[in-house]
Amino acid sequence: MISQRPEMVAALAGSMRSSVSRRRLLQAAGISGTAAALAACGAGGGSASDPTQEPTTEETSAAETPKETAAETPTETGPEDLSDVEKVIAWSNWPLYIDYDDEEVGRPTLDAFSQQTGIEVTYNEDINDNNEFFAKVRTQLEQGQDIERDLVVLTDWMAGLWIRSGFAQKLDKANIPNIKNLVDEYYDVSFDPGREYSLPWQSGFGGLAYNVDLLESSLGVSEITTMDQLFDPELKGRITLLSEMQDTMGCMMAWQGADPSNFTDAEFENAIDKLTEIVSTGQVRQVTGNDYINALETGDIIACIGWSGDVFAMDGNYGFSLPESGGMLWSDNMLIPSTATHKKNAEAVMNYYYEPEIAAEVAAWVWYISPVKGAREAMEAIDPELVEVPWIFPTEKELTNSYVFMSLTPEQNEKYQRMFQQAIGL
Amino acid sequence: MPALIPTSTSEAPPQVAARKPRTGYLLLAPGMGWLAVFFAIPFVTLFITSLQVPTGASGVYAPGFDIANYGEALSQYGHLYIRSFIYAGLATLFALIIAYPLAYFIAFRGGQWKGLLLVLVIAPTFASFLLRTYAWRTILADEGPVTGFFNALGVLPEGRILSTSIAVVAGLTYNFLPFMILPLFASLDKLDPRLIEASNDLYASPVTTFRKVVWPLSLPGVVAGTLLTFIPASGDYINAQLLGSITTRMIGSAIQVNFIQFRDYPIASALSVMLMFIILIVVSIYIRRSGTEDLV
Repeated sequence: MISQRPEMVAALAGSMRSSVSRRRLLQAAGISGTAAALAACGAGGGSASDPTQEPTTEETSAAETPKETAAETPTETGPEDLSDVEKVIAWSNWPLYIDYDDEEVGRPTLDAFSQQTGIEVTYNEDINDNNEFFAKVRTQLEQGQDIERDLVVLTDWMAGLWIRSGFAQKLDKANIPNIKNLVDEYYDVSFDPGREYSLPWQSGFGGLAYNVDLLESSLGVSEITTMDQLFDPELKGRITLLSEMQDTMGCMMAWQGADPSNFTDAEFENAIDKLTEIVSTGQVRQVTGNDYINALETGDIIACIGWSGDVFAMDGNYGFSLPESGGMLWSDNMLIPSTATHKKNAEAVMNYYYEPEIAAEVAAWVWYISPVKGAREAMEAIDPELVEVPWIFPTEKELTNSYVFMSLTPEQNEKYQRMFQQAIGL
Repeated sequence: MPALIPTSTSEAPPQVAARKPRTGYLLLAPGMGWLAVFFAIPFVTLFITSLQVPTGASGVYAPGFDIANYGEALSQYGHLYIRSFIYAGLATLFALIIAYPLAYFIAFRGGQWKGLLLVLVIAPTFASFLLRTYAWRTILADEGPVTGFFNALGVLPEGRILSTSIAVVAGLTYNFLPFMILPLFASLDKLDPRLIEASNDLYASPVTTFRKVVWPLSLPGVVAGTLLTFIPASGDYINAQLLGSITTRMIGSAIQVNFIQFRDYPIASALSVMLMFIILIVVSIYIRRSGTEDLV
């Protein structure tokens, strides 16, 4: 394994610049600690969102949301672990969210893992949208039927929903010694204090993305840094918002002076009213998932709310900034579904990706924030330039200006999603 | 010999009479079975779901008889029905206007090229529906030549084509055009050219010939074509999603978002049942008015 590393690194260094579009449907719910604490978001910072629910154990979480788990809640032990007999694991992740080598037609770090451990990984890029993926597997999870996945990657709020609903198995940390490399701030998140069920995969920012050339010809500026600029009538019909409610509404609420990591119904409604008003003027062209990248490239849109890593990996004259009123910080988390039958193998994967060198290789390709300690140092060896990119290794400046979206109960989530959908024409 | 005939015929008819219906039903069985399994049962399930009541837990509904689901669905999404039918109606109209001359040309002037021309009509459908719709996004891009041309003429109210209702109607027209052309061609191709000659011989002008001879005889094709275009177009949401904006959403989007995202199965089912019901009414009025119920 280690002897293969140099070739792997070399291959990666060559391919990472050519990385094109990757996944981008994400949002935030729960990195407390530094990120949100530093964010000028009122007393208590990110931990202020904790009181909404503190599912320290399966029992309390079930007690707090009885409706949600009214059906037979899968236990945290899950089904029998076949890991020792079957050296396989099925993993669901978002498209283009792991290092990929065009020339070798393979995923270098993943292939190395298989060689090292003998565990064969079936890697599925079948999560395009948190809601959509959840809708696909929810009924099976509720009925305790195997969803044929041993590892899934979900955004904070969705990960929280899974944990609270009993759809995730408790991690055996003895199998994940590298958990020591988890960056401290990620440890005590509101939806999973102490990381009993989940480990972050990557993090990133939700903020303003724009086509620099078109911005110059329309607004006469080379960057936009405020929501007011995004909603400038000059850009009418040439902007898009994200279909992920948390990112769009988080930016809207911060703009309206609310704290997206700790807000009230009234504040949310106020932001919805504002959004409805903006939509009614024809300002917003579309609400998108992945497509905003293509629209930026073709020039159909001049600016939008987008995700940091995507924009930086695009070829051409594009920019990304956090709105002055505040952007969003989210992460995606690895979880073992309650029906998974290869838990130990899944834990081996988690452990493997928490090696700093491996984490750095992934970060260098996906251009998102790695939650692994030492990834920065390891990045020096891969590409020293990338160490200076604040969107991969954020500085205090970015962190103070970004919020983590408040964790929501399933009922709250549904209510807010509905209001959001209605505001955007449904 | 003559004496034998009555005996044999008197024996034969009962046999035939007994066998005929049974064979008929047997032949019908696969079709009826298909209809039962893939239409009747799902429809009944859909209808029952549309009356279910929420239990409080997300995505879980109890059997009930909650007509209010329909009221709620209608009050929230009523405007989307209207928009869907307007778009689908316009698309059907445009498709008819484009398809009729084309089908006429292929049927009467196609000659030896008939087959080839028909293949050309169908050829685009070899590529995925989704892919073709995506292609239109590139063609109609804001910075592209098509939009540039129309903007130079100054005819675009919003200064763009993509993400407007124009693009949605154009997309629907394009995507369902073959379903209009083929039935039109089929009925025009059957039309005996001697009838047109006869009409001319009787001093009818070309316009009168078309109005009195060609058009009435092609009506079955017109009816079939408009139905094949209008019905799927009203339920379509891909065009509205890919070519439209958030102000051009159609009813399909509402069904999709309620079903997939909100897991509000009763509302989604109520929306679907109403869509089917409205289409049924519209179509039956239409067929009755065109007086061709025996042809569809």
